[in-house]
Amino acid sequence: MSQRQVLQVFEQYQKARTQFVQTVAELATRPQNIETLQNAGVMSLLRPLLLDIVPTIQQTSALALGRLANYNDDLAEAVVKGDILPQLVYSLAEQNRFYKKAAAFVLRAVAKHSPTLAQAVVDCGGLDALVISLEEFDPGVKEAAAWALGYIARHNGHLSQAVVDAGAVPLLVLCIQEPEVALKRIAASALSDIAKHSPELAQTVVDAGAIAHLSQMILNPDAKLKRQVFSALSQISKHSVDLAEMVVEAEIFPSILVCLRDPDEYVRKNVTTLMREITKHTPELSQLVVNTGGVAAVIDYLGECQGGVRLPGIMMLGYVAAHSENLAMAVIVSKGVPQLAICLSEESEDHIKAATVWAFGQIGRHTPEHARAVAAAHVLPKLLALYMDPDSSEDLQIKAKKALKSILQKCTHLPALEPLLYEAPSNILKHVVYQFSKVLPHDSKARRLFVTSGGLKKVQEIKADVGSALQEYINSINNCYPEEIVRYYSPGYSETLLERIDKYQPV
Amino acid sequence: RMARLVKLQNEIERIKEKYFTRNRFAEENRQRENEAAIKIQSWFRGWQVRAYLSHLHWKATIIQKIWRGFRARARFRQTVKIQRRWRGYYVRKYVHNYYARRRYMEGLIRKNEEIRRDLVDFSEFQRREREQIAMDREEQKKTVQAQRMHFLLSTKQCPGVFNSPFKPEPDEMELRLRRTKPQPPTASPRERDSRLGNRIPSTHSSASIARAHGAQPLPPIPIKKPQGPFREAAEVWAQRHRSLEPSLRVQTSITDLEEAQDQLRLEEWRNRTVDTLFQPFSKAHQNRRYERMIHTSSSFQPVPYGNKHFREERPDNLLGKKPFNRVFTTCQVFDKFGRLFSNAGKIV
Repeated sequence: MSQRQVLQVFEQYQKARTQFVQTVAELATRPQNIETLQNAGVMSLLRPLLLDIVPTIQQTSALALGRLANYNDDLAEAVVKGDILPQLVYSLAEQNRFYKKAAAFVLRAVAKHSPTLAQAVVDCGGLDALVISLEEFDPGVKEAAAWALGYIARHNGHLSQAVVDAGAVPLLVLCIQEPEVALKRIAASALSDIAKHSPELAQTVVDAGAIAHLSQMILNPDAKLKRQVFSALSQISKHSVDLAEMVVEAEIFPSILVCLRDPDEYVRKNVTTLMREITKHTPELSQLVVNTGGVAAVIDYLGECQGGVRLPGIMMLGYVAAHSENLAMAVIVSKGVPQLAICLSEESEDHIKAATVWAFGQIGRHTPEHARAVAAAHVLPKLLALYMDPDSSEDLQIKAKKALKSILQKCTHLPALEPLLYEAPSNILKHVVYQFSKVLPHDSKARRLFVTSGGLKKVQEIKADVGSALQEYINSINNCYPEEIVRYYSPGYSETLLERIDKYQPV
Repeated sequence: RMARLVKLQNEIERIKEKYFTRNRFAEENRQRENEAAIKIQSWFRGWQVRAYLSHLHWKATIIQKIWRGFRARARFRQTVKIQRRWRGYYVRKYVHNYYARRRYMEGLIRKNEEIRRDLVDFSEFQRREREQIAMDREEQKKTVQAQRMHFLLSTKQCPGVFNSPFKPEPDEMELRLRRTKPQPPTASPRERDSRLGNRIPSTHSSASIARAHGAQPLPPIPIKKPQGPFREAAEVWAQRHRSLEPSLRVQTSITDLEEAQDQLRLEEWRNRTVDTLFQPFSKAHQNRRYERMIHTSSSFQPVPYGNKHFREERPDNLLGKKPFNRVFTTCQVFDKFGRLFSNAGKIV
């Protein structure tokens, strides 16, 4: 009897602990409770429960700790300072799969906040334990371990190198081949985080054979998986030409273009990011992308989306056009210039405008044909306006000026240059007048048009320092016309005529 | 008049003298004057001819000039034709080919159009697929709901919830309820929770929480055990609902033999890349002469048949026999092991 009563006491205590831990875990899911829990000192209470005999209590307390640490980095630091991590790491190797999941969750929650906390996780041997749990059968455990490794590797190159040195990459590549979609997602995102820091790390990921598996998942129906796959491929290909070539050799074109019509916005953005990273390296790669119709698909994509997600598409067009004038002509022929002009007028953020302006500069700088195509879309006045606007950021102004100069040096389409005569500051005006002085001596129709549209009048009104290049150009323009016309349009001519009236003696 | 006549007669003498002297002078000078006249004439004639000749030369020169100029210009035009063709060819081949580029741009435009059309088609297709999937899921959900709420079906006496008498037609749900067969809800809510992703491992927790709150777990329902040599209900149930475990013979396909042979052939084709393998010193021992054992009395060599190969050397012995099978069909000895209901053969 008394034995039964004694055992009943223990049972009650166990029930009490279980209830406490489960309630805390449930409360920790809501952010508003966490402050209260923290003030009540929940950390110090949960710590001994991690070492409890009953496995359920251990697991639930680990889960609660993970949720608390997930919320903000003070709690994560408290977890680190309370020496809980070594215990978790030790039990990660020993216990059953629920506990492993919970322990990996805690490690991930701690490591996600800052590099120092991630370093703390690494220092207590978390990496080896996580890599061991990557070899488990249970997909949930693998997912939790891969997630934790991804968060650790995200912060900087040293931590990524540590993750790679622990031998995680081949196991992650194996995880990608598993049938569970969630596991594939997490493994792809972890590989992406590892590969993004340096070319050596990307090479390690590639050497483990990741590219073939990632490229097989391009046409998977799950949208989040596709996001991670494309992000991983773009992180790999951004570092060097060889890596980009290897990604292209996995035959992703043209099936990648299909994903540009995916309903998920971030999938489309990551696809354009990948295409940008590929095209930026060499003209041959850009040529390949152009030949498969990638430029047309990206231009359509730019037409359909709004806001910041347009940026990789615009940069991709700029990179393609920058390599050679054939490719720039290909961009023009695929109706890229009107679309970019729409982007320039619609977007309000300065960095997107700067990118668009840069792209225009790359398209228009090659030959007069290109400059004419850019000028025909009425882009030059907009560029000038952006350059002169005091509200634009410095970066935008510099880029607008460069683009304007490079286009103007090749532009021979005079109707497009005329509006610039009126508004441009002197350094831009110099180039405009130079272009006029190059074209007018040879084309009589253009001369006539120049006079009738009031351009000659404007040129006469320009004040330039004698001996400067601007004055030379003005002189060469004036030499194209008979003297009377030049005098007629020079400022103050009506006054001189009136003065002649004063001096004239009637017969 | 006589005086005049005498004067005239004197004059006649003088005239005759004069006539003769003049004739004599003329005769003396005749040669000289003739030669002079001839010289003058010859010079004049020569000059005339020379003038005519130089005139002719000049005209000939003009004609030759025009002709040569014409020939040279014609030649020039021909060489220009050749040079034109050559320069065009050279520039197109080594510097820049305008027509190739124009063709490329036109091809690019066509390709872009094609890609745009394909993308539009594909996105349409995917949208329709997604809609189809969503609709199917809706349908499935409604069917499950109808199955579980089958008790809301209207009866003859009492119209159900979905069959309002004030409406002209019963609701769609009512029709669905009529169509589907009823199905009781699934056993334990705990299983449902874990399927939804609730990660709290709750193997013993619900029972223990219930006990913590003071409630007791219900005792098992007492079933009167039937009299007789009957087996446990659970056992019989398991036996009745046992899944198909085909024997190995049933599992293997009828063409298993041929497939295995094909596979062996493919492996051979794949793996055997080198016909003559490099085996260093592999034939070294074959050239060794047989050293007799000390204690034998005969000088016979070892017979390769029975050690090195087992093929029959005399074809007569093989006349009535079939060749060896190297690939066999499956062996059925262990098919029933562990699958019989009796406990025979289960050695602990």
